[in-house]
Amino acid sequence: MEIFQLEYITLVTGGLLVLIGLWGIISQKNLIRMVIGFSLFDTGLHVIMISIGYIKNGTAPILDNAVDKLKAAEQVVDPMPQALVLTAIVIGLGVTALMLAYVVRLHKAKGSLNITNFKDLKW
Amino acid sequence: MIKKLIYLIVLIAAGIIMGQLFAGFSGSDELSKTAHYYAETGPEETGAANLVTAVVVTYRGLDTLGEVTILFTVAAIIAFFMKTREQRDKPKRSVSDILTTGARILVPGTMLFGAYIFINGHLTPGGGFQGGAVIASGFALMLLAYPETNLSHKIIRWTESISGFSFVLIGVLGVFLAGGFLDNSILPLGKFGSLFSAGAIPVIYIFIGLKVGAELSNVVGHMHEKQKET
Repeated sequence: MEIFQLEYITLVTGGLLVLIGLWGIISQKNLIRMVIGFSLFDTGLHVIMISIGYIKNGTAPILDNAVDKLKAAEQVVDPMPQALVLTAIVIGLGVTALMLAYVVRLHKAKGSLNITNFKDLKW
Repeated sequence: MIKKLIYLIVLIAAGIIMGQLFAGFSGSDELSKTAHYYAETGPEETGAANLVTAVVVTYRGLDTLGEVTILFTVAAIIAFFMKTREQRDKPKRSVSDILTTGARILVPGTMLFGAYIFINGHLTPGGGFQGGAVIASGFALMLLAYPETNLSHKIIRWTESISGFSFVLIGVLGVFLAGGFLDNSILPLGKFGSLFSAGAIPVIYIFIGLKVGAELSNVVGHMHEKQKET
């Protein structure tokens, strides 16, 4: 079965995580839960990126005893998406921390975490 | 009711878009051209056993510098937002013995493990960002167990500034002594796969680890102080 190969499993898992995150962003009223939704969306995208960089039967791009240094190009998976995801995780962490800081400020301003109480920018 | 229907429609639409993308996806059998170059010449050129580290620190080192800058900006904005007046309240509930005892055992080990991760970033799956995050999690555990402690923002600021400055300095040294900005061959490449190898990569990763650890600890500390105030 083609669908049960590793790259498809991770791809579909990432897609599901993105959908769960999207659901959290649009349906939840609690600000903290919305931040969790954004975080899940982020994680799903990371999993999708990693699975796109997967090479069939490849191993981790670290040259140790398992990988021959001269034949590394045939044995390892793509190191570039992994480096990009490493960057993206850090940026995602920064964005999450900023959102949480805003939530703390908003809670201080109105004393509520419910998004329906913040109507200043509503149109 | 109508709202739930809209949520459902949006989700199904997003699912269909992603399904279309996934349907056209087939796993690749060989590396792309750039990745092939990195895998082929990376170990020779950079001396790093971890190819991801070679890409992050050397080939895309400028991106990493930008990334560290973004983290610095985040830490600065949060410090600005979470500015607190000196005001002490008693904690609402005393910390449990399990947490304090656990923290006393775990915190030093966590810090040591973080340092291990970023020192061995060019050999094992790890690096400055991961090690820094582990160190910051050690600080978070410490603040949970001992809410009265205050992180010294002065020490954190100095650690952060010095390591950030050294990172840029090593990059500029690469321009004068080697091939270009952030070239790691300003130090001898050493024996492949040993701790003292890969030129300047371990040094750069140690500075990144210290900087990221300091920045994330700063964020955690500011959030903790804010929480204490209310």
